[in-house]
Amino acid sequence: MTPLVQALRDPADTPSWTRSRWELLVRQARSADLLSRLAALLEDLGALEKVPAEPRAHLLAARTVWRAQEEAVHREVGQIRKALAPSGVEIVLLKGAAYLYAGLPAARGRVFSDIDILVPRAVLAQVEAALMLHGWATTHHDPYDQRYYREWMHELPPMQHVTRQTVLDVHHAIVPLTARLKPDSAKLLAGARPLPEHPGVKVLAPADMVLHSAAHLFLNEELSHGLRDLVDLDSLLRHFGGEPGFWTALIARATEMDLEQPLRYALRYSNRILGTPVPGDALSGSVSRLMDALFLRALQPDHPTASDGLTPMARWLLYVRAHWMRLPPGRLAYHLTVKALRKEREEPAAAGR
Amino acid sequence: MIVGDLEGEALARLLSGPGLRLRTGPVVTRITSPLDDVAHGVGLLYRDHPVDEGFADFHVRIDRPAGLRRWLKPQVQFRFDGWPPFYPLPGDQGFPILEWGMNWCVSTTCHQYLIVHAAVVERGGKALILPAPPGSGKSTLCAGLVHRGWRLLSDELTLLDPGSGQVMPVPRPVSLKNASIEVIGRFAPQSVLSPTVHDTLKGSVAHMKPPVESVHRALEGAAPRWLVLPRYRAGAQARLEPLPKGRAFMHLVESAFNYHLHGRGGFEVIGCAIEACDCFEFAYGDLEEAATVFAELADRP
Repeated sequence: MTPLVQALRDPADTPSWTRSRWELLVRQARSADLLSRLAALLEDLGALEKVPAEPRAHLLAARTVWRAQEEAVHREVGQIRKALAPSGVEIVLLKGAAYLYAGLPAARGRVFSDIDILVPRAVLAQVEAALMLHGWATTHHDPYDQRYYREWMHELPPMQHVTRQTVLDVHHAIVPLTARLKPDSAKLLAGARPLPEHPGVKVLAPADMVLHSAAHLFLNEELSHGLRDLVDLDSLLRHFGGEPGFWTALIARATEMDLEQPLRYALRYSNRILGTPVPGDALSGSVSRLMDALFLRALQPDHPTASDGLTPMARWLLYVRAHWMRLPPGRLAYHLTVKALRKEREEPAAAGR
Repeated sequence: MIVGDLEGEALARLLSGPGLRLRTGPVVTRITSPLDDVAHGVGLLYRDHPVDEGFADFHVRIDRPAGLRRWLKPQVQFRFDGWPPFYPLPGDQGFPILEWGMNWCVSTTCHQYLIVHAAVVERGGKALILPAPPGSGKSTLCAGLVHRGWRLLSDELTLLDPGSGQVMPVPRPVSLKNASIEVIGRFAPQSVLSPTVHDTLKGSVAHMKPPVESVHRALEGAAPRWLVLPRYRAGAQARLEPLPKGRAFMHLVESAFNYHLHGRGGFEVIGCAIEACDCFEFAYGDLEEAATVFAELADRP
């Protein structure tokens, strides 16, 4: 077991670790974007002060960044609400911002790269226009990219605020329109829960939150931060898992939403890697040995000390698999061709700088 | 043990093998590199720095990127724990890219400090902070002052510790550009300079070895006392002009790498520093004259 995975499973034990094990832990946690998560876990246990001084400095630094991000997300969500208030569109926060607003333990120490919101597809144009009026602009100017997002994907091209530089992903679904799996966005929106302390802001219902996290991770092409997403799942499952009826509802909802496969993987690998308590009957369903070989490698921290000779291949195969899951074959071939040609065009410029 | 204790090929073997754990003030960087000019630069300019056995904060590597190009027009690249944050540079810039990379490590991760892009030197336990844009002569002035009785804390990174309000030193080689290289060579003939590397992103670059005393006192902080915005102007007479504290505050904020991460705490750290400082703008054309002005400033009650 890598030091990072061990620390995530049992943070209370880490203050007694040697400095050389801590050195490896800091390296792996930094490359997996989990340094601030580790700091938060230790802080919540009252154990941060017991960590040896050298690694503690890195944990405190990471905590500083995370606290600033948390504040920025609150500010930013306020701005988004202000921009959308006149249109009367309620926003459903997704992922990190949702965990933060719902006060979930998954938010503790979780770093943000952007803010994700979900709105009904019918009002997408209206939402985009309102956001543009308030300073958000689209980021992908290439006509192919625009088409890729607008016709095939589950979100608008990422929008960036022109002065604050923050990035906002406006989703109308949780998987690409072209994906093989077809969860119904209307049902997600219908099930979303208001937050009594934050009028005008909703979050997905617990089971849907887990399903979105699972769909996001197990349909993602890019798994270099897969462990961070698995940590989200672990935290959500530990938090909601104790509620009566949660597991039955989760599994029924996965069937209803056509997300059985991502959920099966989520429960299996979260349990296998992070020791998430999952009831035995929820773990049933077969998974091939090949998938185990791929995911158990790709979900380790993206660091030379947590890889073996097959890790790059595993990540690559899962990259291909994710594309396969996201796009039908014809479009996939077209998409990969465009990307390959573009790479050729861009490469010399990058190296010549 | 210090780097200078590594005899003969020992340093190069360490760099091309398990790595050199180099302590610079509060941080230890484990450096690996198969390149001779990196070993030479480290041996020359970090001679007096301690070699650490314990926890390394950063794991960096300078080597040649893979590919055919290495045989035709070799390049160097900096890797931070395997990952290259910058584009590669021409092959003879191994030592400069190590220096820039080590600055980058601190400025992008050491957020336990409020980090200001400024040179900082100390005298009598009091710190003189010199924030300024590139080309203002800040590094030259800093290099000059450390040869006239001031202790080098850093020529690039002023680390303000929010707990104590003190500046923590990271004494490392001082980066000199273009004409400054010759100026310092004349001003302090005893100074040790690395070979000049031409045609870098910053023009010609050489690094100056920090004085031994500043390396020995690398864990000793200093309280902010003066904030001076230097500007080199050929022929100008060295003169301190008072700078209103409000403007000094804004200068420090704008020069900070991570002010935005510290929230209210950052406002207070900078506020306390400015409160404790006499603030000036300073134009100078001659380094000796400048040193005299700062010696007088330090002696004022």
